[in-house]
Amino acid sequence: MNIIERLEKIDRRIIFILILLAVIIPLLLPIGFKIKVSEPVRIFYETIEELQPGSIVLISSEYDPSTMPEVYPMNQALARHCFAKNLKIIGMGLWPQGIPLNQASMEQAAEEYGKEYGVDYVNLGYKAGGIVVISAVSENIPTTFPQDYAGRSVEEFEVMEGVKNFDNIDLIVSLSAGDPGVRQWIMIAQGRYGKKVSGGVTAVSAPAFYPYLHAGQLRGLIGGMKGAAEYETLIKKSGTASRGMDAQSIAHGLIVLFIVLANVFFIIGKRKKA
Amino acid sequence: MIETIGIWIAALLTLCILSFLYKENPFYKFAEHLFVGVSAAYWAVYYYYNILRPNLIQPLFIEGQILFVIPLVLGIMMVMRLFPKVGWVSRWPLAFIVGTYAGYNLITYLQSNAVDQVRATLISFIHLESWGDFIGNPGVITFLNAIAVPVVVVGVITGIIYFFFSREHKGVFGGFAKTGVWFLMIAFGASFGYTVMARISLLIGRMYFLLHNWLRVI
Repeated sequence: MNIIERLEKIDRRIIFILILLAVIIPLLLPIGFKIKVSEPVRIFYETIEELQPGSIVLISSEYDPSTMPEVYPMNQALARHCFAKNLKIIGMGLWPQGIPLNQASMEQAAEEYGKEYGVDYVNLGYKAGGIVVISAVSENIPTTFPQDYAGRSVEEFEVMEGVKNFDNIDLIVSLSAGDPGVRQWIMIAQGRYGKKVSGGVTAVSAPAFYPYLHAGQLRGLIGGMKGAAEYETLIKKSGTASRGMDAQSIAHGLIVLFIVLANVFFIIGKRKKA
Repeated sequence: MIETIGIWIAALLTLCILSFLYKENPFYKFAEHLFVGVSAAYWAVYYYYNILRPNLIQPLFIEGQILFVIPLVLGIMMVMRLFPKVGWVSRWPLAFIVGTYAGYNLITYLQSNAVDQVRATLISFIHLESWGDFIGNPGVITFLNAIAVPVVVVGVITGIIYFFFSREHKGVFGGFAKTGVWFLMIAFGASFGYTVMARISLLIGRMYFLLHNWLRVI
């Protein structure tokens, strides 16, 4: 059996180990590859930058722990960016498990920037219904969410003063890992009410949102851990996404190498048989 | 202390699940069954406290809003699926849901996902501003920006031609269809690349947790 035949029949567990090493080694010994910012992330960043201090950003968290490595860093970076710009945040979510994650992001950022719950940010929690909830929020936020995630009346929060519906929201950001998520926010908030909608999505779903971005329906798009790392670069606050980019680059390089080698061996094997 | 115990449990369960990559074993089966059981319990409690209670029990039985009898009856009709003899009853609430969502989504979906998307392709074939950028600052990025519009337009047209099956894909028409296939293949490749990125990100997330939160070596 020659080397090509041996490699053709390689035990897949060896490939698993190589991928594992390609991820672990750069995490232990960071290389510091340069992170280049893409246009969709720059648009997202600039959309936040354009807002005046005191503007209200609605962050809707439509993700769960299974997609945390990709979306949570976006959530953290977004909360930091908003508080650094003295923007106010209203958090909510169409996925129940996204609520505590959004809350943790906002709490952490609030601590770093000296912001207070109820005054600078609030978390309205989860409501079942998907697109119907978005529609209800567009008409009346306090009626749709009379209490925050912990059961306190929203009327007692300073940040909610004068906030009635979409007219009082300056930007909507949906951080989503599926449906309901960014697509539904585009359909109702952007399509029906002409509100500015930005999105942060998992890498798997990112290609599906580029048409919305090019059509101007979406104001910026963060796709996966790479997008989150780019956003962290723009706000000059390194986080877990930036730390993972070395591992991501090396693992991708290795996978590309596997694909090229496999095709070369396949072609050589086919010619030999012919 | 509680956090430390939680991290240890999470780390050991992560290792149990990853052990499947070697081969199926009792540790993996244990973690899998535990996950299924805990998930079922979690969602049962969550649905009760976040959906059933605030949307039905609270308004109907505590606040006395009699109108909520309708969703209660529809809900009971839906549960009838569990009994084969009267299972047909569940079709009525299901029809209500389908009808409501279809009506609700139809216009909005059409506007956002068809009309606005088509409108975005009805643009000037040559984007003078982008070509000006490319001439002023020649480079790969500025060139790609300059040809972006023609690529989108040609991609949309040839892609649609590929899915036009009323005429045989031969001659000039066949050439367009073949070009459409190339666009589709590139799109699938990009999508696959993003999928690989997503899966590697999840692995990085788990490894980061093990090395940072559990072992504390980074």
